[in-house]
Amino acid sequence: MVGIVSYGFYVPKYRIKTEEIANVWGKNSDDVKKSLLIEEKAVAGIDEDSLTMAFESASSALSSVNIDKSKIKVVLFGSETHPYAVNPASTILAEFLGIEKNYLAYDTEFACKAATGAMISAQGLIKSGYSDYALITGSDKGMGKTHDVLEYTAASGSVSLLLGKNDLILELLDFESFSSDTPDFWRREGIRYPSHGGRFTGKPSYFYHIEGSAKSLFKKTGLKPADFKYSIFHMPNGKFPIQVAKSLGFSPDQIKDSLTVNYLGNSYTASALMGLMPVLEKAKTGDLIFLCSYGSGAGSDSFALRVTKNLQKRRKEFTKIVNDKKYINYPTYLKYMEMI
Amino acid sequence: MINLIGYYTTQFGELWDKSLFDLVEEAINGVLKQTQLSNKQIDAVFFGNMLAGVLGNNLHSTSRISEILKVNIPIFRTEAACASGGAAFNLAKSYLEANSNKNVLVIGAEKMTDYSPEETITGLSAAASGEEQEAGLTFPGLYAMMANFYLEKYHYTEENLAYVSVKNHFHGSLNEKAHFRKKISVEDVLKSAYVAHPLKVLDSSPISDGAAAVILTNNRDLINKQKKSVSVLASEVVTDTISLKERKNLDEILATKNASNIAFEKAKIRRRDISVAEVHDCFSIAEILAMEDLGFWKKGEAGEKIKELSTKFGNGGSLIVNTSGGLKAAGHPVGATGIKQIGEVFLQLTGQAENRQVKNVKYGLAHNVGGSGGTAVVTILAI
Repeated sequence: MVGIVSYGFYVPKYRIKTEEIANVWGKNSDDVKKSLLIEEKAVAGIDEDSLTMAFESASSALSSVNIDKSKIKVVLFGSETHPYAVNPASTILAEFLGIEKNYLAYDTEFACKAATGAMISAQGLIKSGYSDYALITGSDKGMGKTHDVLEYTAASGSVSLLLGKNDLILELLDFESFSSDTPDFWRREGIRYPSHGGRFTGKPSYFYHIEGSAKSLFKKTGLKPADFKYSIFHMPNGKFPIQVAKSLGFSPDQIKDSLTVNYLGNSYTASALMGLMPVLEKAKTGDLIFLCSYGSGAGSDSFALRVTKNLQKRRKEFTKIVNDKKYINYPTYLKYMEMI
Repeated sequence: MINLIGYYTTQFGELWDKSLFDLVEEAINGVLKQTQLSNKQIDAVFFGNMLAGVLGNNLHSTSRISEILKVNIPIFRTEAACASGGAAFNLAKSYLEANSNKNVLVIGAEKMTDYSPEETITGLSAAASGEEQEAGLTFPGLYAMMANFYLEKYHYTEENLAYVSVKNHFHGSLNEKAHFRKKISVEDVLKSAYVAHPLKVLDSSPISDGAAAVILTNNRDLINKQKKSVSVLASEVVTDTISLKERKNLDEILATKNASNIAFEKAKIRRRDISVAEVHDCFSIAEILAMEDLGFWKKGEAGEKIKELSTKFGNGGSLIVNTSGGLKAAGHPVGATGIKQIGEVFLQLTGQAENRQVKNVKYGLAHNVGGSGGTAVVTILAI
């Protein structure tokens, strides 16, 4: 069986509070927090980008295992803030990690589900016998235009997963994908900030596609929400994952551990995978985990994962690490995001 | 004699899978089916719409309606901001007064939610004076100024305004075509976020998509054949200054007052004869002012009277207001609103209002406002 052998994450140290942004724009911060359920978000420093963060999370993933790196013949890098429009970040990442040259690399883009799409491709390449291992990364230094609602949510972070077929910590039981041409959120070539369709990003976009992929997975596997110990969704804000979990039949207890958006914001490609991090901090052998991404444009990937006894060996501290943080003010935030 | 013989409205709301003309087509087909008329029996069309030119780059919509209806007849578009629908109805009535034995289709429609809020708000602001636009005033800002003035002058608070939204959301819960069907409390209104002080989100009507259509006729044979038919006793349009600063009084909308006085005079009925009214509640303060300016309540009293909720369905009052949910809960696709209001009164007069049907209705009134009161249309119907 194919699954996840190891994982790593990176969350930059800097945080900006919702109040700090709301005060600049004369908004009532309690209203904003009530509406988005976000207290603060993680901000990458001025010398960080999606690639540096990817290197951090991928290094962490590889540090937990002792494998021959030449067996990693697949390196896929999902982001919507790749450092280059033309020039792969996946090869730079592989080079820095010391992965030798006989490997397949490409950057993937599908808004916030670029990494989970890569995960589906990677598991196929392993199943086919092409590679023993595949490294996939979701990494973003998420941008939101000033005074746009995205300014409260768009955050930075990275998660890397090493996929393989032996010594798994998470077995990938099955997956489903659901896509359509639904332009709810986009950024054109040469344009710095993303645009979005406001409320259109909700019902016909996020909810429709997530429900599509989730229900399709339930039907395919015969599993039902109650069978899972944990559920994890893409988190564009704090409300959407709670609402979609409820509509699919998950209880608040099943989703509560994964809601990193409340204190880290939405790290775009890394968002759903970031939700997996606190879950892996406490999951037990045999627990079933439902992981579901969403990418604008639009599509959703749903996965059924099962925890093995190996997790204990490669479990990582998450809560303690992300609680080591430093608050910045709004001008510093603008500087770090290179907006001034 | 001019009669209204049929009404159809689409769902109001965020209708992302439908274009403006999809909605227009649905409304046309719906009202033709209901009246069992064919397209060939329509002699003229009046179309109320504000934003198709600004937002969709779609002018010459009259020709598009000709394409949909597959006829080659006179079709006219009217624009009077949020009173575009009421103005279209008024012109249709005038057309029938000038032409005998004709059937006229009146459509109101608007497509607003496919655009960013910034684009839609900028488009709507075209209905304010240039100076007000340059000063950064939006319609919430203009109505907030009226609300502040009214609350201070008559010593009311935001709580008094909140009752308007509570009542209209209750009515919206009874209307399956309404944008919002959720009941809300005074506390919900007071806790909602400010849009422009003292007006909050739940004091304000939404941006909606929708279309509504009615058929008017002066063909006596057709009137006699139709099972559901009401008489149009009056439809009056009055205009006033576009700028709020040019108005003498900020606690009234003069155009509403004058249109109402003329309409009641022409209809030859008294205010107390009206059992149902659809009034223009784009913001909670607008219904408060309308109830006074239409002459139902005395100036300065509406703030207190609304708390009694006598105009709420089921409370046994002699006048029930905004049974459709009003603009607040039924939604406010601006060009469609004036026609929906008249249509709701038609449903009440002909006993078709289902779970919100007011008993023993003989006369009804619809009140449609453009801008901050630059245009007002008052229509009176009778069974």
